[in-house]
Amino acid sequence: MVEMQGPSLPDPELLKVLRTMALGRAVDERCMNLQRQGRLGFYVPLEGQEAAQVGCGWALEKGDWVCPAYRELAVALTRGVPLPLILNQLYGNEGDLSKGRQMPNHYGFRDYRFVSASSPIGTQIIHAVGLAYASRYKGEKVVAVPFFGDGATSSTDFHSGMNFAGVYKAPVVFFCQNNQWAISLPREKQTLSSTLAVKANAYGFPGVQIDGNDFHSVYRAVREARARALRGEGPTLIEAVTYRMGPHSTSDDPRRYRTPAELAAWKSRDPIERLKVELVGRGVLSEADFETMQEEVRAEIQSAIQEAEKLGPPAAPSIFDDVWQNPPPNLEDQRREFEEFVKEGVVRP
Amino acid sequence: MTELTLIQGVNQALHQAMKKDPDVLCLGEDIGVNGGVFRATDGLQKEFGEQRVLDTPLNESGIVGMAVGMALYGLKPVAEIQFLDFIYPAFDQIVSELAKLRYRSGGQFPAHVVIRTPYGGGIRGGLYHSQSTEQLFASTPGLKVVIPSTPADAKGLLLTAIFDEDPVLFMEPKRIYRTATGEVPDGDHRVPFGKARIVREGTDVSVFAYGAMVPTAFQACQVLEKTGIHAELIDLRTLVPLDIDAVVRSVEKTGRAVIVHEAPKFCGFGAELAAILAEKALYSLKAPIARVTGYDTPFPYTLENLYLPSVDRIGRAIQRTVTAG
Ligand SMILES: Cc1ncc(C[n+]2csc(CCOP(=O)(O)OP(=O)(O)O)c2C)c(N)n1
Ligand SMILES: [Mg+2]
Repeated sequence: MVEMQGPSLPDPELLKVLRTMALGRAVDERCMNLQRQGRLGFYVPLEGQEAAQVGCGWALEKGDWVCPAYRELAVALTRGVPLPLILNQLYGNEGDLSKGRQMPNHYGFRDYRFVSASSPIGTQIIHAVGLAYASRYKGEKVVAVPFFGDGATSSTDFHSGMNFAGVYKAPVVFFCQNNQWAISLPREKQTLSSTLAVKANAYGFPGVQIDGNDFHSVYRAVREARARALRGEGPTLIEAVTYRMGPHSTSDDPRRYRTPAELAAWKSRDPIERLKVELVGRGVLSEADFETMQEEVRAEIQSAIQEAEKLGPPAAPSIFDDVWQNPPPNLEDQRREFEEFVKEGVVRP
Repeated sequence: MTELTLIQGVNQALHQAMKKDPDVLCLGEDIGVNGGVFRATDGLQKEFGEQRVLDTPLNESGIVGMAVGMALYGLKPVAEIQFLDFIYPAFDQIVSELAKLRYRSGGQFPAHVVIRTPYGGGIRGGLYHSQSTEQLFASTPGLKVVIPSTPADAKGLLLTAIFDEDPVLFMEPKRIYRTATGEVPDGDHRVPFGKARIVREGTDVSVFAYGAMVPTAFQACQVLEKTGIHAELIDLRTLVPLDIDAVVRSVEKTGRAVIVHEAPKFCGFGAELAAILAEKALYSLKAPIARVTGYDTPFPYTLENLYLPSVDRIGRAIQRTVTAG
């Protein structure tokens, strides 16, 4: 592991970092509860991965592309996506930019170059290579960053993405959050490779394993990889070693496959606690300040939830929109039939 | 107008599209230096350079996935899959990503990729260089499926595909790459999607075909003409969007339908055509609908000519349909 020492950013900025991490954690806690209360259909928590996500997001510039999986809520927050837009997607309501088409956590925000996520594991990794290639072709100095898990390193498109990026020296920063688990499969059963980072060797570019629970290490590694990519030296694979403290999703019960002792050991390495202790230690923040910060983010979330719950579902005929730019006649027939059904009361939106 | 082969029509469309718009890029296996194993991309890399004509590693999921990324940016990539038979590693990228991006993002992230791929039998290619599996793609919402049968359509439909806004699977009938010849307009020739072509008019029976089956079905119609049967032959050109009006109108006129394709019969595209006719033209039908297709087996090697719909098999089906009922 590459250990990096000392703060990576000035203290006022680190306070913002801490707040973003705390916001991500607090959204998580609320959403897990909302799901249990039946107010949200489903939720994928990121608890434990805040430093990895905020650290990587913080190191990127405005024009950079993010190709997320489904766990990247704190990346979206770091990119500046307003919390209400995120909540609207979770609720699939009429304010959802994706028009209620996807399960919770499958966000897409064009204005933030945060590409629409899908469920199939790994497919976004190669998209980042195409985006990076296209950006360079058009003369933009930006990178593309696919986010993926340890499990995804076994997927087809991890291979295609790594291989293509190497061949074309595409400005890509491959960001793997090794959170130790792919649902119930532990990291050591995913691959016999000694690390995930070492896989980069076979593709001809560097792979680095870093402490993914240390904001500074993540931030520095991504900055470095980004600079390298923009110098035309090609991609880097970053393996951020972290831990998924919660269940895989609200449909999962991790007690079936992992021990309380393991969880406890990782809880002692909590990324938020770690940054907080550092800032308190340097006198940048008091325990009371942190409490205030927590209250602020909870209030922010509360009002966003209230707003999201006021919104209704997307308009019924919108299920026929956006399949094609120019839809074929059979779909137009179905839309007309549907509108008649609504008129006749056969279906009640 | 210039007399070209079908593959020259493809090549000319690619040249003209790349010349017209710097956002058009081509990528695929062996398409650059080698000009493609069938030479469809001959001369492109020389003219437009390696930045725009990419020889890719051997990975179909990578080719389509990379094209999706380029299209997300706003480029107009044209990906080549060397044979339709090798598209399955990319099936996930096509079905889960390419076809769904516009919908799943509420219109925020459309991805317009054209995938060109040679398909079909009759070239002694065995199981893995011969298949026609258009139905797998035609039943995927969000994709367009286009199959030309003439050089002019190859050029005109491909240019339309490249400057369309939806993802297109462009299937090229490789058996007639060089045997289909004809006059092709020299300029920016565009053939609209969703407009079937009446290859020959007739009054007794409607024959529906596409791609490499069009010339075979045409021959069958010509033979039958001598026996007094006036068959109408319709080249569908685009399966998605389908020219439903043209299909229904023809059968309303003739009262009889014969559907021809190379793909296996069971759940083939002909099943959709037959269902449409049952829904929209049942009272015009004077005889059962006939389908002349490949068999419900994998594609054979030595006996491929027995597998593929032939002039005789199509002719017999037409004759029976005309005399039935
Ligand atoms: C291709 C595919 N296979 C299986 C699944 C079901 N599935 C969803 S998440 C997951 C585990 C992914 O693990 P990892 O890549 O480590 O990401 P993490 O969930 O830990 O963030 C699986 C098997 C899927 N979504 N896609
Ligand atoms: Mg994992």
